[in-house]
Amino acid sequence: MATGPIDGNFEILKLDGVTRRFAGITALDGLDLTIKRGEFIALLGPSGCGKSTALNCLAGLLPLTDGGIWLDDRRIDVLRPEQRGFGMVFQSYALFPHMTVRKNIGFGLMMRKVAKADIDKRVAEALRMVRLEAHADKLPGQLSGGQQQRVAIARAIVVQPPLVLMDEPLSNLDAKLRLEMRVEIRRIHKELGRSTIYVTHDQDEALSLADRIVVLHDGKVQQVGSPEDLYARPANHEVARFMGYQNSLTLDVVGGGDGETRLAGPGMVVQGIGQVPSGRAIASIRPEDLVAGAEGVNTIDVRVTGAEYAGREFVGTAVTQDNQPVIFRSPRRISTDELVRLSVPTDRVRVFAEAQR
Amino acid sequence: MSSLAAPGGGIAGSKPGWRASLGWDGTTLLILPAVCFVLAFFVFPCLYGLVLSFMPLKGGVFDNYIRFFSESRFYSTIWKTLLIALPATLANVFLALPIAFALRKTSRYQRIVTAILVVPITLGTVLVAQGLLGYLGPNGWFMRLLMTLHVIDAPFRLTHNYTGVLLSLIITGFPFSFLLTLSYVTGIDPMLAKAAATLGASPWTQFKQIYLPLLAPGLAMGFCLAFVQSFAVFPSAVLLGEPAGTTRVMALAVYQLAYEDYNAPMAAAGAMVMGAVQLIVVSCVLGLRGLFYRGPVGGTKG
Repeated sequence: MATGPIDGNFEILKLDGVTRRFAGITALDGLDLTIKRGEFIALLGPSGCGKSTALNCLAGLLPLTDGGIWLDDRRIDVLRPEQRGFGMVFQSYALFPHMTVRKNIGFGLMMRKVAKADIDKRVAEALRMVRLEAHADKLPGQLSGGQQQRVAIARAIVVQPPLVLMDEPLSNLDAKLRLEMRVEIRRIHKELGRSTIYVTHDQDEALSLADRIVVLHDGKVQQVGSPEDLYARPANHEVARFMGYQNSLTLDVVGGGDGETRLAGPGMVVQGIGQVPSGRAIASIRPEDLVAGAEGVNTIDVRVTGAEYAGREFVGTAVTQDNQPVIFRSPRRISTDELVRLSVPTDRVRVFAEAQR
Repeated sequence: MSSLAAPGGGIAGSKPGWRASLGWDGTTLLILPAVCFVLAFFVFPCLYGLVLSFMPLKGGVFDNYIRFFSESRFYSTIWKTLLIALPATLANVFLALPIAFALRKTSRYQRIVTAILVVPITLGTVLVAQGLLGYLGPNGWFMRLLMTLHVIDAPFRLTHNYTGVLLSLIITGFPFSFLLTLSYVTGIDPMLAKAAATLGASPWTQFKQIYLPLLAPGLAMGFCLAFVQSFAVFPSAVLLGEPAGTTRVMALAVYQLAYEDYNAPMAAAGAMVMGAVQLIVVSCVLGLRGLFYRGPVGGTKG
């Protein structure tokens, strides 16, 4: 078996039941995923969902408890990180503080024993790509967060790895820079044509960057699909929550049919899309679809707990009669402790079976 | 009350002046006890000794120094001391490095091993010297064990010579080197080594390219502290060594001048030479340290 890093591209990267347990806690439970060459995959989930564990398992920084990772027909989960040759961008950047930007970027090439002249050429190219030509001879400590972030990206991609792994690379940046870097990352991915796996807890990042999104919760895959798929047809209320359905109301099933389910609770009558035959179900509703004052078949009576002026309208928080929290909008001013009737169109409600624990 | 909010602090009511321009304020007073201590117990004795060394019991101003560097029983002590202190220091620093590196990840072993390694600090030089005299002496358990195992036929000497002093210095000096090195090693972000690994660096290359350059300034500092400690060796040189021969160290020669020959000015000159030698070695090492990166050792600005 070769000892050097894997070179060249691949057709299929296959994760087969990748599992990682820490002291009895299952951080990642049987992740199955097939990634085609050139794909941009986002692993999306709340903190502690196992997305960073998955990335570290791929990079070789964490051994698997169970399962395997295959690059075409080669098993790679048995290789050490330095033998896998994947580029990784760390959340903390992990730039070498004692090396200049140029040395940092050239490190991977140096490890691959690339000729000096070649290293200089490729580093210069990478510097141009991340637009840091002017800072090549500075130390990382002299750069701003956004610049450090770009050095980290350049360092990972300069070796032209078959796969680039990014662990919440934008989470330490301010909102404006985050948007700019998002565009940069997408541009670099397109330019290189390599596969990227991107870990994030930010649905906007995942939706805007990825070809396919993998939603993880409690170490388990909830849904895999294109951003459009996930947005339009979330498979369960965990996915729905990430797609903007911030309201999850647990209610009793009272009827339904024809792809719809009718739910009721104290002061609530809600009909929505999705079939649950009986028992309890969860109605997921986006705050922008839940409006105070309007009349309709779906009504939810709430007591207002807070209101914020948001320009065109008010954003309110409230609790239902059985104390479930909701977020809604209101065209008129509302005040705390006011009793309000909210309504939502049926095609804007998604009904899911209550999660099995 | 506006003066309280004045830039640079300042005691309320005081006019901003030269003190403020130096960035001084009420807190600056807190260094006074330390300054007094240094003046009384370092600067004054040092200057006193320096002046004294130029007032020999007989002869000209520089006679003490001329005598020190012309009589072999004096100048030879410089080499003898360096010959003990430098190997002991190097041994300590390079023993501490791999052990501290191996223990860099927090675990319960780290705490147990650290506790065990640090115990010699509590013993003190004299107790260690006494212990070694017994254990390593011709009838000690070490020699008997070697003879029982037929490694040797007759005991060889490990005490009352150079080896004895060296061993005792390593045992007493190691905990300091180890603790210092451990704090430097654990201060380095382990993500840096992981990043190097994903870029193709083997564990040895990770150590060589990442840990070692970042540790170098700390190791230099550890070297200086250990060196200064070993250079002033006195109890073990007398108890475990050969005070008339190979382990006639500077501290011993100076002691004899002061309290056996009652020649305080000559002893002062010896002490000055001793100080100068230490200063030269320490500045050489710290000068080398300047060649290395000395900034923060994290992966980000933080």
